[in-house]
Amino acid sequence: MAEKKYRVVHYLNQFYAGIGGEEKADIPPLIKEGAVGPGRPLQQALGEEGEIVATVVCGDSYFAENIEAAAESVVEPVSRYKPDVFVAGPAFNAGRYGIACGASCSAVSKKLGIPVITAMYKENPALELYRKEVYIIPSADSVRGMAEVIPRMASFVRKLGLRQEVGLPEADGYFPRGIRVNQFVGRTGAERAVDMLLSKLRGEPFQTEYPMPTFERVPPSPVVKELHSATIALVTSGGIVPLGNPDRIEAASASKFAEYNIAGVHDLTPDAYQTCHGGYDPVYANNDPDRVLPLDAMRALEKDGTIGKLYDHYYVTVGNATSIANAQKFGEVIAEKLKAADVDGVILTST
Amino acid sequence: MHVASIVPISLTVGANRIVPAVAIPYPLGNPELPEDEERELRLKLVKKALRALETEVEKQTVFEE
Repeated sequence: MAEKKYRVVHYLNQFYAGIGGEEKADIPPLIKEGAVGPGRPLQQALGEEGEIVATVVCGDSYFAENIEAAAESVVEPVSRYKPDVFVAGPAFNAGRYGIACGASCSAVSKKLGIPVITAMYKENPALELYRKEVYIIPSADSVRGMAEVIPRMASFVRKLGLRQEVGLPEADGYFPRGIRVNQFVGRTGAERAVDMLLSKLRGEPFQTEYPMPTFERVPPSPVVKELHSATIALVTSGGIVPLGNPDRIEAASASKFAEYNIAGVHDLTPDAYQTCHGGYDPVYANNDPDRVLPLDAMRALEKDGTIGKLYDHYYVTVGNATSIANAQKFGEVIAEKLKAADVDGVILTST
Repeated sequence: MHVASIVPISLTVGANRIVPAVAIPYPLGNPELPEDEERELRLKLVKKALRALETEVEKQTVFEE
């Protein structure tokens, strides 16, 4: 074979590299020449076309406790082997290992610009963290699925190594990365939609072109018992901010939320507040921001003793094409802050 | 609890206590009303929101009239 083999570097944790169990989980990254552990059957499946030239090994705890630094420290040794492809795992349902696989793939891809691939179980928490940046193929939840996943990993590595085009997730067997690809099709959207509808009515299988996201359900919070002594907070996705939008919350696809002090403020007036939301006609909210964030009403109810107190800060973001991941993150942080401040109840207003 | 202009969205994203609001650009107001009536409307909605917070729910609940 005159053709040059493509070069692969493989990432493993201390366990799969045969170094040790939890007692070795804190070892920093080290390099082993050639294929190790699951790398051996992987090498076998790759055959003559590709070669695992080195294996990077790192302890799971070391990695998970210093994710960014550990991922960085993997990049340099990997670069020395000039690989064409970087592959990690499979991590199955191991949380720390999954993060190590995802983060090392992500760092190598960003820093070295080479294709990367890993494999893990669909419920591995690292999947949601890295699926957008990294090709992740599904594996079973435990090592029992090793024999089954290795050939699929190998064929994906081969595809990347030979610089073949990666197809759609269903065709090439990886978790969707949330990337939209333009393509020309012979039939208009209307025709395709009617076809789907007909299939649905006939009870036949059909495939949506735009899957809807799924949302987490949370158990209802307990009731606010003593309203007259309770602290109630206001939160809004309606973009009510101090005039000038000092924190520059985006009018759409917000990347942040903000917290503003309203102690001593009794009414939201156009000379001090405005909306920065880009998804509705701002005239009404700008003329009277209380229409979105009902501060005046809350003050009235605070004054007449219906509630104990309006919390001194309110939280605001813009709910306009804002990603669910961001919204969830904002919600979690805001909830933590409100809990830490002993707030008893929250009114969230949305436009 | 969630004061929401578009109740189906609020249900989709998983809010458990929902009070329907007036309209998208003015969920807690109505620019067509005289100022005092609009303030009264807002007060009513906020009181309803507070009642929702005081009400035990086991599943997603929309607090209509």
